[in-house]
Amino acid sequence: MLSRTADHLYWMSRYIERAESLARLVDAHYRMSLLPHAGATLAQSLSSTMTALHMEHAYKEKHDAIEPNAVFEFVTLDRDYSGSICSCLAVARENARAVRGSLTSELWETLNSTWLEARSIAALRSSRADIGQFVEWVKERSHLIRGVTIGTMMRDEAFHFTRIGTFLERADSTARILTAHQIDLVPGADASVVPDPYQWSVLLRALSAFEVYRRVFRDVITPLKVAQLLILRDNMPRSLLRCCKEVYQNLKSVANDQSAETERRAGEMHAMLHFTRMEEITAVGLPRFLEQFLARVRDLGDRIASDFLLPPAEA
Amino acid sequence: MGSQPYNEMALADGTTRAHYLRYAQWLTHQPAERLAQKRAEADALFHRVGITFAVYGQDEGSERLIPFDIVPRVMPLEEWIRLETGLKQRVRALNAFIHDIYHDQQILKAGVIPAEQVLCNSQYRPEMQGVDVPGGIYAHIAGIDIVRDDAGEFRVLEDNLRVPSGVSYMLENRKMMMRLFPELFSGHRVAPVDHYPDVLLDNLRSVAPTGVADPTVVLLTAGSHNSAYFEHAFLAQQMGIELVEGQDLFVRDEAVFMRTTQGPQRVDVIYRRIDDDFLDPLVFRPDSMLGIPGLLTAYRGGHITIANAIGTGVADDKSIYPYVPEMIRFYLGQAPIIGNVHTWMLRRQEDKDYVLAHLPELVVKEAHGAGGYGMLIGPAATQAEIDLFRKQIIATPERYIAQPTLALSTCPTFADHNLAPRHIDLRPFVLSGRDVTIVPGGLTRVALRDGSLVVNSSQGGGTKDTWVLET
Repeated sequence: MLSRTADHLYWMSRYIERAESLARLVDAHYRMSLLPHAGATLAQSLSSTMTALHMEHAYKEKHDAIEPNAVFEFVTLDRDYSGSICSCLAVARENARAVRGSLTSELWETLNSTWLEARSIAALRSSRADIGQFVEWVKERSHLIRGVTIGTMMRDEAFHFTRIGTFLERADSTARILTAHQIDLVPGADASVVPDPYQWSVLLRALSAFEVYRRVFRDVITPLKVAQLLILRDNMPRSLLRCCKEVYQNLKSVANDQSAETERRAGEMHAMLHFTRMEEITAVGLPRFLEQFLARVRDLGDRIASDFLLPPAEA
Repeated sequence: MGSQPYNEMALADGTTRAHYLRYAQWLTHQPAERLAQKRAEADALFHRVGITFAVYGQDEGSERLIPFDIVPRVMPLEEWIRLETGLKQRVRALNAFIHDIYHDQQILKAGVIPAEQVLCNSQYRPEMQGVDVPGGIYAHIAGIDIVRDDAGEFRVLEDNLRVPSGVSYMLENRKMMMRLFPELFSGHRVAPVDHYPDVLLDNLRSVAPTGVADPTVVLLTAGSHNSAYFEHAFLAQQMGIELVEGQDLFVRDEAVFMRTTQGPQRVDVIYRRIDDDFLDPLVFRPDSMLGIPGLLTAYRGGHITIANAIGTGVADDKSIYPYVPEMIRFYLGQAPIIGNVHTWMLRRQEDKDYVLAHLPELVVKEAHGAGGYGMLIGPAATQAEIDLFRKQIIATPERYIAQPTLALSTCPTFADHNLAPRHIDLRPFVLSGRDVTIVPGGLTRVALRDGSLVVNSSQGGGTKDTWVLET
């Protein structure tokens, strides 16, 4: 398929996944804001999340202080901010429109109507009560788009590039959410300490992992187990291991003459997570581990771009 | 204007024409609310599917629907057959003309058309002189605009031989009508149109460079901000071919390749939807970001087919149009089946004198204009507009032609909430390759404003489904 087509498909799905991740984060924080006495924890969590997502600078240009409602509005509906959910949906739709012929008409129509609706919601400027509803809707649309993708697209290159975009973005997002929660999993820290339960429920809910945690561990929430679930658990759909596995498998299906090294690095990442134990992660310290992981995700993204999406001009 | 326009649905005494009887009967039984609801449904569907066009000069990224009217334009089979025969004849002659111009120029030598009018035309491409194209076909896809005069006679208003558009609306309008009113199609034998993409693909493959057994065809677009982008994406998808931009293609050793995720892949036929000027920055506009450097060299070497060919504009210019009936006689030795609209060429002194004396009743067009821009409709113009055109005509008469203000035929159309007659035209799409083929009907465009004669979508026109009835 055309390199440019693959590029559009890849970014289309990255932006849809990014919109969903943001919706999940807003949703979790929004729920927290409805609880009494959540004030300090909420502000702290919002601030660290915005730092991890590199949103702080753009936010501070428009707002003085981190005020939950202002943050929610900024992240969801602000069309002027290129990183908002609405902007992500617009970029996803622009990419889809550029290659609408490579999408099934069901997928194109789902994406297009999502954008049309988001645009009209953004134009209305919602009141606070609508934020919860809006992010709920974004999650549903993302589920729908993913379902239509899986249910209607041929298992060809177009599909694989779409999936690579989804899982690379998701790996990036899960790692950032973990980073934002500054888990003190460093050598010598007491991993059995039960920290602020609000903060943990935000993290777990944002990753659809709250109920899973209970089912898997049947235990109180501890940082070590949370990290284990979200990093090393193979059957947890948003864990780093799972995302890397999907990226690697889809990458193998589209291999070309020059992609051997990229494939090797993706395989290495997957193998590293597959065979690592939690103790090894705590030995280097979780923040440092995540930092290295994010750098490798970035590297993989760059390599995919130069191998497949934007091959150097040919003479 | 004086005379009454031809009414497609009703006779002068108000009775319904035979081919509309069944539809008219159905219509009288439709409650107004149902029709209103169906119209809203059509709008919502067109939006969701993204059947929109970008409007030049508006905010970037603004997309609009072309208004769709739910009353079909119906044509009996015998009318269509006559039209079809005439269209094939005309396009054959036009292709023969373009071939002749870029080879021996017999028609110029015979004095049928003044040589300077062809060779000094900005659409004449000297780069094409002596170049042989597969099958001698230049205009593979032609959109011929047909109007009906007050006597009910079909006439050609304009030949579009460069990158005619609109066929996707013909296909989508039919799909929409079948979705909204399936019951109408069980009561009428409407000739199908949805095989158009198959015929088009077959046609494009049939003109591949000689020796290519299984040609790769691509559709070249200017990109998603082009006004006809929906159509480009639609046709590429329907034909199952790649939709490419200039940046996706490159030329190596006189062969054209596309950049794919699996490395370079050879391309044999380019169905291009960008103008000549932008195709190859090494030869035409050097600032073109849309084209492919070196394409013309590959083309002249016979390693790639470009459809439509480079240089077809020399035959669809409004200053050449008046000579098309002569071309038919010259190349085919036949009498033209469909006539032209009478045209004054302002480069001629006597024509200019007549036109300047009758401006308020004539239509004046720029010889190179398109899309309804740069046009004066005398009866609808203000004195100031007429004075402006008078000045321009006196300054550069060769830039203009004039035609009588035609009473285009009318068809009932929903205007606000009621049916009212509105002027229409028809653009059938004529495909030339191994054979000349036309999918029955074409795109009917309708001027939605009361009394307006301008049907272009950029000027507030809409479209209708076009039915050729098989019995």
